Amino acid sequence: MNRLRFAALASTLCLAACSGAGDLPANIVAAAPSPATSSAKPQATAFTPPPESAIPNDEFGKQIELGRKIFTETAKYAPGYVGNQLNCENCHLDAGRLAGSGPLWGAYSMYPAYRAKNHHVNTFTERLQGCFMYSMNGKAPPADSAEMVALETYAYWMSQGEPVGKELAGRGYPKLAKPVQAPDFARGEQVFKRDCALCHGPDGQGQMAAGKMVFPPLWGPQSFNWGAGMHEVDKAASFIKANMPLGRGNTLTEQDAWDAAYFMNAHERPQDPRYAGNVAQTRAKFHDTPQSLYGVEVNGQVLGQGSAAH
Amino acid sequence: MSARWAFLFTLAGLSMAGSACAGSPDGATLATQGNGRGAAPCAACHGADGGGQTASGYPRLAGLPAEYLRKQLEDFASGIRGNAVMQPVATALNADERATLTAYYASLQPPPAAPTTASSSAGPVLADRGRWPQGLPACDQCHGPGGVGVGNSFPPLAAQPASYLANQLRAWQHGTRKNDPLELMRGVAAKLSAADIDAVTAWYAAQSVAAQGVKP
Repeated sequence: MNRLRFAALASTLCLAACSGAGDLPANIVAAAPSPATSSAKPQATAFTPPPESAIPNDEFGKQIELGRKIFTETAKYAPGYVGNQLNCENCHLDAGRLAGSGPLWGAYSMYPAYRAKNHHVNTFTERLQGCFMYSMNGKAPPADSAEMVALETYAYWMSQGEPVGKELAGRGYPKLAKPVQAPDFARGEQVFKRDCALCHGPDGQGQMAAGKMVFPPLWGPQSFNWGAGMHEVDKAASFIKANMPLGRGNTLTEQDAWDAAYFMNAHERPQDPRYAGNVAQTRAKFHDTPQSLYGVEVNGQVLGQGSAAH
Repeated sequence: MSARWAFLFTLAGLSMAGSACAGSPDGATLATQGNGRGAAPCAACHGADGGGQTASGYPRLAGLPAEYLRKQLEDFASGIRGNAVMQPVATALNADERATLTAYYASLQPPPAAPTTASSSAGPVLADRGRWPQGLPACDQCHGPGGVGVGNSFPPLAAQPASYLANQLRAWQHGTRKNDPLELMRGVAAKLSAADIDAVTAWYAAQSVAAQGVKP
């Protein structure tokens, strides 16, 4: 428990540094989080993508439309590259259009960029491939695959008219200030039961209807794996604060968002595909941040065993 | 309440439940004849097949989750879901009768969808995509593909009379219905215009439950 507390406490001290290890280009995260509650609201000046009614009715438009479908029903339209029951849209609301919810238009013009996650300059293509390997727990579609062409066309179309290389308001998830209290499993469990279980189920495994996953699983074999950015507590807290419960974003307190994020990410999920032979080495190599609970002991269990066959 | 009163109330409750069990009618009988103690026959308003009545705005009960129906009866009785017709009915049903009736209606086949009357394309857009710049989720994001319903807390919208769905959305707007978990529906309804309500309810009324391959 002491170790945990230390990790959680330390996590609050290096918010900006830790973000660099995840899915944001390193040159962006230097932007200081603004203090207190106002930090969670997307600014009014966020870029507005073109309406879907403006998708042209031609060959180019067909690729945009296919990209949109991949985004909203990923396993159906990108079979072979998805290893769980998530869709891109689960964490990028409104088919990747919504400010404060990791919109595609917020990322598109920021690449190529250096990423601390893999220590080199990534193209937008490689960034999308990472989503499939980690968040979708699947395989990277080749750069020239039909799926990748469609997704990139969709993102390009959505980003029309925006400046290149300029950090737009509404990109990513709005950074939270460090929590007043270190994120806590027991408090997070209370938040989960009160505000999350209605949709995500009492066991966090989501809910299906008519053969489709309606509410995504938050952990376990059908969720994102240990390599996904969302497994880091600060990123999950930012997403939760701005967007959850669905349709009632920004109604949880920041502390509740931190605690719920900690609780979610203190559960097992599929192994990191970069697994380096054992959990300790994998942590040292890829998760050396207090925001990651990979390899950390929580409630007597060392996390990072991987909950799915691999 | 003193412990003694609580004890007497419990005793009274137990004896009522006991007498109901002794010769309790089955769901079909209760639904068509009522219970003789103030609960009118459900079928009089909700239809012989539980399909509801469009003209009067009475909802379909056929194929709805028993647990959802049980909660609504409870909320009618307590007044959290305000309804002058249902409050006395729900109050007159004891726990066993509620369980029998809700299981009965859950087991019935949903009716076929209403003929399409929707002329606006706004309905399917709200249902499938919502209006996120305004923070309005798509209805299907909680109520499932085609509005078939999800679990016990997100009831089906498909093949419900449009008049019923519209009345509920207005009740959420006006605060006369407030039994939504996490205030989800009050938040959603506040973002809908009168035209939105007409469009989206007409669209769901015309959706077939069977088309989504759902069995009740």
